[in-house]
Amino acid sequence: MNRLFRELAPVSDAAWSEIDEEATNTLTHFLAARKLVDLIGPCGWAHSAVSLGRADELDDSPFAEVTVAQRRVLPLVELRRPFVVSRSELEAIDRGATDIDLEPLKEASRDLALAEDGLVFDGYPGAGITGIVDASPHDPIALSDEFDQYPNHVAKAVATLKAAGVGGPYAIALGPRCYQGVIETTERGGYPLLQHLHLILGGPVIWGPAVDGAVVLSQRGADFELTVGQDTSIAYRAHDADTVTLEVQESVAFRAPSPEAAVALRYD
Amino acid sequence: MTSEGYHEPLDRLSDSVLDHHRAIASIMEELEAVDWYHQRAEATDDEELAAVLAHNRDEEKEHAAMTLEWLRRRDPTLDQHLRTYLFTEGSILAVEDGATGGEGDAGDGSLGIGSLRNDDFSL
Repeated sequence: MNRLFRELAPVSDAAWSEIDEEATNTLTHFLAARKLVDLIGPCGWAHSAVSLGRADELDDSPFAEVTVAQRRVLPLVELRRPFVVSRSELEAIDRGATDIDLEPLKEASRDLALAEDGLVFDGYPGAGITGIVDASPHDPIALSDEFDQYPNHVAKAVATLKAAGVGGPYAIALGPRCYQGVIETTERGGYPLLQHLHLILGGPVIWGPAVDGAVVLSQRGADFELTVGQDTSIAYRAHDADTVTLEVQESVAFRAPSPEAAVALRYD
Repeated sequence: MTSEGYHEPLDRLSDSVLDHHRAIASIMEELEAVDWYHQRAEATDDEELAAVLAHNRDEEKEHAAMTLEWLRRRDPTLDQHLRTYLFTEGSILAVEDGATGGEGDAGDGSLGIGSLRNDDFSL
């Protein structure tokens, strides 16, 4: 038995397969950052921190003639999102039912995906994590709902990256407001805006539900690192006569070794 | 013919598969040499020869390990299994139970999602 304690749950193999498949489908649907940044790992649950390669000298060394320097590290954070599923629904899987209500699992998987993307794009100061948007030294580019202006905004972002010496190809993560406008918009001549953006960028156009506005970033690699300790997993927490409590969990950290490789696009 | 281990026409095999074959054949040959040296070192009555054969045997182990590492870096499934079983303690079968008992496909019990980057940027 490992630390997920799945063997203790009153869940059949068939139900576990259904749970894992549904969680995987939902997570891969909502996760955006993993489609854009380097993923380091999985390094395992015991992996607790990312080495930052720097050290701070302590000026109160208690040892005569011996200096002390403390290494800087970025600790991983544990993300956990519990959810409760009905035992009767899980039992229905074993009877061959195909219309299983796993909505609590889907909601939990979506929340975890948005949390991971939130760490990457917006950061979490309390955990020492600076996101791509705050780390970028470039002024954000103002967006409006005039979607036919989007190619200009994106071209400006690409020009900013090129001027900073950041090579391509480039990608864009579009928040919900941007994405809907982009896929609905056709430019003069009937050319889809989505394809026009792709041509400017040379890389993917990604739907990022956790993104506020949009972010253009280089895809050359080694600019943004999402470190995964334990990758997304379903763990057992508790059960009673009617329900089983599980959780979606992972351990992660994010850092931007080359923060100049991204530009934020923001609504005023 | 560079190898007698090919089982399909060469024009149907990619460069990657050919390199994997070369590595696997090399590992097989190194471990076979380890076995042969090991037997000969034990069988000989000449102490100096036994020492030379044992030295050679241990060098073959290094060669096998280096080639295995080349293969591990290019074979995610082998990588996963090696991470699960190597350098563990206790029952190896218990390690398997821990890795697969009621779990998803990944050896750590995770969903195995990993990176979702796609280097094919075409729409």
